[in-house]
Amino acid sequence: MIISFTVNNQPQKVEIEDPNTPLLWVVRDILDLKGTKFGCGKAACGACTLLVDGQAIRSCSYAVKFAEGKQVTTIEGLGTPENPHPVQQAWIEEVVPQCGYCQPGFMMATAALLNENPKPTDEDIDQNIINICRCGTYYRMRKAIHRAAELTGDTNDSTPKL
Amino acid sequence: MAKKISRRKFIVRGGLGTVGVLAIGTYVFRNPLRRAMLGMAESLVPPYSGTGTEPNLWFEITKENKVRVHSPKVEMGQGTFTSIAQMVADEFEVRMDQVEVVGAATETGIIDGMSTGGSLSVAQLWQPLREMAATMREMLKIEAAKKLNTDLSNLTMKEGVISGNGQSLHLSEVIKDVTKWEVPDTPDLKPLKDYKYIGKPISRVDLDAKVYGDPIFGMDAAMPEMLHAVIVRPEHVGAVFKSANIGDTEKKSGVVKVVQKDNWIGIVANSYPEALAAKFELRVDWDIPKKWTEEEIREIITVGNGNEMMVQKEGSALSDDDNEVVVLEFKSPIGAHAQIEPNGAVAHVADGKATVILSTQVVGVTQKQVAEALGFELENVNIIPTYLGGGFGRRLNTSHAVEAALLSQEVGKPVKYFFTRKEEFQHDMFRPPTHHIMKGKLGGNGLLEGVEHHFASGNVAIGSVIMPDMIHGVLNADIGAIRGGSIQYRKVPNFRAVQWHNPLPFATSWWRSLGLLANTFAIESFIDEMAIKAKKNPVQFRLDQIEDDEAGQRLKAVIKKAADMSSYSDQLANGRAMGFAASTDAGAPCAHVAEVSVENNEIKIHKVTCVLDCGIAVNPDQVKAQCEGSIIMGISASLHEKMTLKDGQLYPTIYGPYNMALMKHAPREIEVHLIQGADVPLPVGEPPLGPIGAAVANAIKRLTNKRLTELPLRLS
Repeated sequence: MIISFTVNNQPQKVEIEDPNTPLLWVVRDILDLKGTKFGCGKAACGACTLLVDGQAIRSCSYAVKFAEGKQVTTIEGLGTPENPHPVQQAWIEEVVPQCGYCQPGFMMATAALLNENPKPTDEDIDQNIINICRCGTYYRMRKAIHRAAELTGDTNDSTPKL
Repeated sequence: MAKKISRRKFIVRGGLGTVGVLAIGTYVFRNPLRRAMLGMAESLVPPYSGTGTEPNLWFEITKENKVRVHSPKVEMGQGTFTSIAQMVADEFEVRMDQVEVVGAATETGIIDGMSTGGSLSVAQLWQPLREMAATMREMLKIEAAKKLNTDLSNLTMKEGVISGNGQSLHLSEVIKDVTKWEVPDTPDLKPLKDYKYIGKPISRVDLDAKVYGDPIFGMDAAMPEMLHAVIVRPEHVGAVFKSANIGDTEKKSGVVKVVQKDNWIGIVANSYPEALAAKFELRVDWDIPKKWTEEEIREIITVGNGNEMMVQKEGSALSDDDNEVVVLEFKSPIGAHAQIEPNGAVAHVADGKATVILSTQVVGVTQKQVAEALGFELENVNIIPTYLGGGFGRRLNTSHAVEAALLSQEVGKPVKYFFTRKEEFQHDMFRPPTHHIMKGKLGGNGLLEGVEHHFASGNVAIGSVIMPDMIHGVLNADIGAIRGGSIQYRKVPNFRAVQWHNPLPFATSWWRSLGLLANTFAIESFIDEMAIKAKKNPVQFRLDQIEDDEAGQRLKAVIKKAADMSSYSDQLANGRAMGFAASTDAGAPCAHVAEVSVENNEIKIHKVTCVLDCGIAVNPDQVKAQCEGSIIMGISASLHEKMTLKDGQLYPTIYGPYNMALMKHAPREIEVHLIQGADVPLPVGEPPLGPIGAAVANAIKRLTNKRLTELPLRLS
């Protein structure tokens, strides 16, 4: 079966025997985008979070067939060192990552939250950012999320919607 | 204090993408713990000698005039690569952005004699790394003087450029055509105040890679024509392989080979989803001799059961018949590492050589184990360490590297294998459960007349591949479980700490801070209880009973500072209470104040104040990050996490049911203050994990009048 979708603004056609293959493995092993991580395979930790049409989904438990015709954004497509996404800029300013493994998932979840809610309160963050970080970077992450909201407000319409 | 390095050989070797390679071969330093133990057992534990057949390569000069440092320590989030870059930049006279740090592959010959662990990386490298960088700088200057036809004393070096006699040379120009290096005596190091980078809150060197999703982890490794493997292991503790429908499984789509080894079956397939699908077809018959229960495990881990070791003994023991002796029992559960990057490896075994890429805290041990399993000489096994998606002690055991190598040998192609999350939870090397009996008696002055900590634990260091059993024969104690178990109130006339240890039917081992978390929970909760009984402020109660020697002065300093910073009070305010606790681990005293409330029968931690005396903080921002992380990981372990046994299996096997701290559980405020009470860097990655459980429990006592004595803390 051939699945057609867009990944980081690039059209992709992927031939796959089992259309129930998780999107995560298509992204990592076929498209060779390793920034999206495997953590648990049961949608329980959020390390594999990426965006499908701007919504955060846990790609380890999302069949690739559901991505047909949709826009997928991974950490590689969020921003670049030359043109960082406000979330990445905030993560750098607050020096959030320690081991760093879970961070792409958190940044993607944050990008999706800010799409919906440009000025999240602490309670909004508590309710929406429910990935797991074992190094315990939550304290800096919360500061970075507020900072990203500020940066998004600063750049306002110039930031492309995901 | 300062040790001069010994120099063996200096080799220039062309390398991929490099103009030339400079090397200082030296490896005489060891951590103090190991040194002390080797002092006892020198003849039985050969120290790393650095006499491998490959040259030792610490520094490389790249075409881009950068200094590439091959680090024997790996980066698992603790920030060591950043501190290494700071130390090298300052002594090498280059800018931070001119230093690159990479984990040393074993073929460089730079192999840590022990591990990346014990929070020791920066503390161990502090002296030798700066000395090597300074020596290398002088060696480059000697060569530059020859090329520039001038005297060494006329040269200046700045940002990787050596100038003199009206000319300048980049480092890559200096090393050109040098075949024999002149080695000066080890130069004097700069005074602390002259450092541009050391002691400053420099941003992490791996920040961009981690923010833009670069493929830097073991899980991201790949090799051409790589196949994918899954492994089936017993789910019951102690189960032994009997039989399996291997032939049927081999016929599944995409499956290349199914291999049965000792107590596991590997399925190698063209893709990971195919390997995983085949796993569900495999029917294995296991012999399950016994279904272990949590109660049975608890019984094994009981004070009075197993090997006894007197850790501390001063004055006389408290009498069991004395009515005035207060006795409290404490417990902590089995803990999982639960690092987010699963264990795994990419291995290629062909033509008598093996290459394994993985996240490991024990590069040298991994090499030895793979070589032994394959029957290869050490030099034919190259271990390439990657960035680790969390370590926390889990990656001090890398049997999966052996498994990946054996599977690659079977199929003749590179194989990638990694744990499923269920395997991670069932086959972790767990933090052992503990049991503690605290005893204490107040004297007429309202201070302790005696205090005792009797504690039982499963193995931490005993049985570990990085700690030969002989050492424990010498010490007669588990040096891991012992951490934090001693009484730090040494003004008390009678005190003792007694350890009991016993093996368990499943593997237990190193978990960040080892015994510290549970031992401090027991001791500091009990001290708080005795302060309440004595009707004293718990801060003053502690200060009054700490010795006035150097260790005591430093502990008192962190306690006083934490009390000041938090405006500590043992009275409730706005429905919140403060809990106080302190511990000393690896020479680094730490005090926490937790501000806590109970809302809807749930414990809410609003703020934690942390004061740590870590000696010289090479990177104060990253030391603070370690404190914040330790506090949150400590909250997770103290309030949320618990492994148990269900139908003879370790349970739970997935995040969620294995309850961990999330964003909503992290304190909104964490204030960290660092004290420099020593003139060297001290361990920082674990000491701040100590006091948090007790600090929270002590606040809950004030809020509810309930003394919680079991982790995870539960109100009902």
